[in-house]
Amino acid sequence: MTTTAKSPADEPAVVDAAAHAPLRQMPRILLGLLRKRISEGELGVVPVVLGLVVIAIVFQTLNSNFLTALNLTNLMAQVAAFGTIAVGVTFVLLLGEIDLSVGSVSGFCAGVLVVLNVKYGWPALPSLLAALATGVAIGVFDGVWVSKLHVPSFVVTLAGNIAFLGALLFILGSSGTININDPFLSDIANRLLPVALGWIIAAVLVGAYAMVSLRTFWRRSRSGLVVGPFAAVVARIVILGGGVAAATAIMSVDRSRSVISIAGVPMGVLVFLALLLGFDLLVQRTRFGRDVYAVGGNIEAARRAGISVDRVRIAVFALCSGLAAAGGIMAASRLFAVNQSSGGSDVLLNSIAAAVIGGTSLFGGRGRPRNALVGALVIGAIANGMDLQALSSSVKFIITGIVLLLAVTIDATARRGREAAGRA
Amino acid sequence: MSIPGGTPILEVKGISKHFGQVRALDRVDFEVHPGEVVGFVGDNGAGKSTLIKIIAGAYQADEGQYFFDGREVHVHSPRDATSRGIATVYQDLALCDNLDVVANLYLGREDCFGLPGPLGLLDEVDMEKRASEVLKQLSINIPSVRTPVASLSGGQRQTVAVARTVMWDARVLIFDEPTAALGVAQTRQVLDLIKRLRDRGMGVILVSHNLANVFAVSDRIIVIRLGRRVATFDVREASREEVVGAITGAQFGEDDGLPHPAEIGA
Repeated sequence: MTTTAKSPADEPAVVDAAAHAPLRQMPRILLGLLRKRISEGELGVVPVVLGLVVIAIVFQTLNSNFLTALNLTNLMAQVAAFGTIAVGVTFVLLLGEIDLSVGSVSGFCAGVLVVLNVKYGWPALPSLLAALATGVAIGVFDGVWVSKLHVPSFVVTLAGNIAFLGALLFILGSSGTININDPFLSDIANRLLPVALGWIIAAVLVGAYAMVSLRTFWRRSRSGLVVGPFAAVVARIVILGGGVAAATAIMSVDRSRSVISIAGVPMGVLVFLALLLGFDLLVQRTRFGRDVYAVGGNIEAARRAGISVDRVRIAVFALCSGLAAAGGIMAASRLFAVNQSSGGSDVLLNSIAAAVIGGTSLFGGRGRPRNALVGALVIGAIANGMDLQALSSSVKFIITGIVLLLAVTIDATARRGREAAGRA
Repeated sequence: MSIPGGTPILEVKGISKHFGQVRALDRVDFEVHPGEVVGFVGDNGAGKSTLIKIIAGAYQADEGQYFFDGREVHVHSPRDATSRGIATVYQDLALCDNLDVVANLYLGREDCFGLPGPLGLLDEVDMEKRASEVLKQLSINIPSVRTPVASLSGGQRQTVAVARTVMWDARVLIFDEPTAALGVAQTRQVLDLIKRLRDRGMGVILVSHNLANVFAVSDRIIVIRLGRRVATFDVREASREEVVGAITGAQFGEDDGLPHPAEIGA
């Protein structure tokens, strides 16, 4: 008791009073909450969003094409593939493990897809499922190797990184590039949803979020539990609704420069967001997700609580590689081809950076898949903006490396800060 | 409270345990009654931890019998022990720092709805309600059950670890050096909690080097030395010197001329 700064007795009372305050006081309450969060160093994703705003301002100043509907839609489509991989990486990081093979696994699984579809003439859907299953199988292998043979994940997946790069070259054979002709496969990333459908999905999404958060709020207050200010619940709904509406509006603008209309949310973006939300719910709301946090937080405690630690680890590696496969398929679909550099160069770096910049700790137990979106947007916006400036790859790699180093440094510093404040 | 008669809630008889050539325990008996706190003391290496681990199912005895509620039982694993309601509060507490109090209380046994198994949806409202009730019953004061355990003080963390065992209907609770890392006020919190557990009819085993704490809450003190149970004291009739004498092997209550540690390990 002597070490706690705030008085335990009066905190719930304050919050309760705020819960029933009139809406007129809303700004003051929200500011107070924000200030409390800042002083506790629990800002979550807010600094990254601010960073994103700064990046947008800088690139827009350098090139007025940055904040156009066409470029922003492109940006979303560009981040969809490695953002999907980053969702999987988030899971592995939550365990305090790492997967350095996601890049080449994504390329290899995309290779499996096109080889089956083009060379062996399998229909699109079975090829797709086989490619995803390949990813999951690779992850199970990694997980078993890590948990049963006690080889560090760093080593297992580094080996996998090299091996699956070789495997991709092997299955592509002498041709080196295989093009995707199947419309189903190219639609995965490229098909544009009708504008109306985009709006319907957006509305359903926001509506569902609003319903769930209001229901939780009322259920909690009915049960006599401590609830935050109602204003904060409303504010979150409004912020999410505004963001979704803005994104949908941007992608619904006709971005064509000719007479043929190009408008609507690209399918790849929708797939990415669906996976992002689905896996965020998995981690936040299910028993499996709770087990993941427990293993990442204190593996011994998890074991003593009867959680099957090895099974959780294997499942997480399987999820990660499965999502890497999905990301690889999305990238292949977007490029209409798989070639020898698929999944290579910066895919691995980008996906890990997206997860870490989104606030997922490399030390395990902290973070959530949802935030990989913001992280992916930061990485994607920097790459996209540098492309608009026509910078050379050398400069792009250097800058991306620096951004990643900064992000990880912030993570390590925040961890020390939490330790100092006794919140590690 | 007098020394409770009747059937012990937990009793082991004639327990022996060897590690290679070393005899860690030699035909040791141990018993704890409902509503009783037994202080279990002995020097380092006397065999305390070995016996505790046998009781908790982590070790198997070479010889001896194990009775629970007067019936002989076989305990082959920690799970056998916990399923009978024998719980250990470990020194390192086994809490997940990154999770909040509710999540820690329910670790591995979450209330879920919807799908069965790992995809079950967490029923946060119900879990929080019941967690708050249990903490209230035990008069445990925590700022918010939704704070991560990392931000709690050592004493608060200890009480959360205890609340978890109570929540899952433990009947015998083993504390292994519960106050080793705690300050004065926090130590008092934990000792008060031990008394409340006793008043709820639980059997409590307190393993500690700190005789002041042992005397503060125990009803009986069992002393083990070189793998044998050498003495049992009714705490109202025992003196600190007698207990120290039994621990070190000196004559009870007599000054043998050697400097006694006034409080071993404390």
